[in-house]
Amino acid sequence: MTTPHAPTPSQTIGPFYGHALPATGGAEIAPLARPDTITLHGYVYDGAGEPVTDALLEVWQPAPDGSRTGAPGSLRRDPVTGLAAGRDGVTFTGFGRVPTDADGHWAIHTLPPGGVSYLSIAVFARGLLDHLYTRAYVRDDPDDALLATLDAGRRATLLAQAGPHRTYRFDIRLQGEDETVFLEFE
Amino acid sequence: MTPSPPPYRSLKLRTPHGPLVPVRDPEAVELTGPVFGVTDVTALDGDLTRQHRGEPIGERITVTGRVRDRQGRPVRGQLVELWQANAAGRYAHRRDQHPAPLDPNFTGCGRCLTDDDGTYTFTTIRPGAYAWRNHDNAWRPAHLHFSFFGTAFTQRLVTQMYFPGDPLLALDPVLHSVTDEAARARLVATYDHDLSVPEWSLGYRWDVVLDGPSATLFEEGHAR
Repeated sequence: MTTPHAPTPSQTIGPFYGHALPATGGAEIAPLARPDTITLHGYVYDGAGEPVTDALLEVWQPAPDGSRTGAPGSLRRDPVTGLAAGRDGVTFTGFGRVPTDADGHWAIHTLPPGGVSYLSIAVFARGLLDHLYTRAYVRDDPDDALLATLDAGRRATLLAQAGPHRTYRFDIRLQGEDETVFLEFE
Repeated sequence: MTPSPPPYRSLKLRTPHGPLVPVRDPEAVELTGPVFGVTDVTALDGDLTRQHRGEPIGERITVTGRVRDRQGRPVRGQLVELWQANAAGRYAHRRDQHPAPLDPNFTGCGRCLTDDDGTYTFTTIRPGAYAWRNHDNAWRPAHLHFSFFGTAFTQRLVTQMYFPGDPLLALDPVLHSVTDEAARARLVATYDHDLSVPEWSLGYRWDVVLDGPSATLFEEGHAR
């Protein structure tokens, strides 16, 4: 017998989620025409250094004012056609979803997180029994509770590298040398 | 005694070798999570049999259950997503070239919001067994893919639901990637005759419990 509240186990997302989960505007977290928009992007690699072309990333973050309530509207549907309608261009929902492309690359456009220096990321892919949590830090933060526990090499895997035009590069290595730090929550 | 199924091959290069780093920060952003609403789901999205001009081929089923957290509290107003193969065991996905027919009246994706009781409901057709190349003569049992959101990002769950009595359950590397037998059983729905609609559909019940801490748990002093 199982107890009434024993958790339901995770299973892999598999390769065929493509019609169901990614949605128009999923990666466009920033409202339109915001000059403070940042781009966070990178590649996902497997243990052989090959790009993972069928991963799905989800991003969750506070609004620039530090609010963590989020808002509906990340995955809007058109009630006429039933198809994905994209975001309303105004609301900041704090949530994004983006699949990797044929190069294993992904990119989101969002606003800087308020009150913390990181965006939270969940990685889903065929071959992962459970999704993996990690964080993309858009600046090094000596006061951050997690970064303080990591040695320099491991810590570096969580630091997104600032590039031109408000871009930040954050690669995710699932396995092997320079493996990204993945997290669990207790 | 049935021998254990072969391993799930895709794990080899994708499973991290390092241990997960525990986060015990009560201020962690992951203890909150995204929310969804009526703009994200249309009323028809929970019925996968009505997305095209004609009706899909297959055995019509209703799948319903409650989504709760580990304290048994219902997860209200949250997004549930479903995707699956058609009755012949083929996904409407270009990378699936399994030589079973596509069904022009079935895409195999749906979504709904849980109600105040945490209940989700879908109408769909029962998917067929699915051939894959994990090992020689590999067949996946009929299954539905599900995605759930809780009240915290830590409670995110993507998993698969199976049908009771399927002889392929004992042979499936994916189901058996869950090594605990009791936990595996929690992925198998129950046939519920009271949920069957006369002359219309067969009913299955599958309740879900989301793991992981949340900000409200910290406030109530349950977690640490």
